[in-house]
Amino acid sequence: MNVSEDLFQVTDQEISVDEVVARLADPSIGAVSVFVGVVRGATAGRKVRYLEYEAYSEMAEAALRQIGDEVRARWPEIQEVAIVHRAGRLPVGETAVVIALSAAHRRQVFDALRFTIDRLKEIVPIWKKEIWEDGAEWRSEK
Amino acid sequence: MKIKVRFFAAPREMLGAGELVQELPAESTVQTLMDALIRTYPKLGSLPLKFAVNRAYASLDTQLCDGDEVACIPPVGGG
Repeated sequence: MNVSEDLFQVTDQEISVDEVVARLADPSIGAVSVFVGVVRGATAGRKVRYLEYEAYSEMAEAALRQIGDEVRARWPEIQEVAIVHRAGRLPVGETAVVIALSAAHRRQVFDALRFTIDRLKEIVPIWKKEIWEDGAEWRSEK
Repeated sequence: MKIKVRFFAAPREMLGAGELVQELPAESTVQTLMDALIRTYPKLGSLPLKFAVNRAYASLDTQLCDGDEVACIPPVGGG
């Protein structure tokens, strides 16, 4: 896979946390915070076989970029934001999303990380279907 | 004018199609489009949808132009 320099991406390829963090490399940074969203094997007591992520990719990448802008407007100390989200069929344990934020110092990276994943779940046009042994459902936190 | 309409997730499955082209009178809005779609696909009216025009969230009173792409956005579930 051609390593994309783009920081905001929806991909049907496996996501490497190291590779996403590497996109932020810069001698001026002293801290990187990373969130990794992983496919969970059960929800509300039901065994999950796999998840199916569907994305409106063109808009989703624009929305991820918008979140990056919001983060840096809110926390000017944050230097760079990278968000890579997976699409397609994902087995349990697979990485669904990686968010990485960089800054010179650690102070702001935790709050900004929480904000980023919360905003992603709120506005980014990506959908998740849980497939169980005995059924399936599109899931949202709202 | 012609509007390209895109569907994802539950509404896509409900309609059995990811996209269609809807013919609308000039100066139509997202609301006009939805009214037309619901006449053809009454089930669409039962879903809590948001809308995007040309890949940005838009309100029901947003005016449409020929060739616009409108997406029906059910509750998102990324992450």
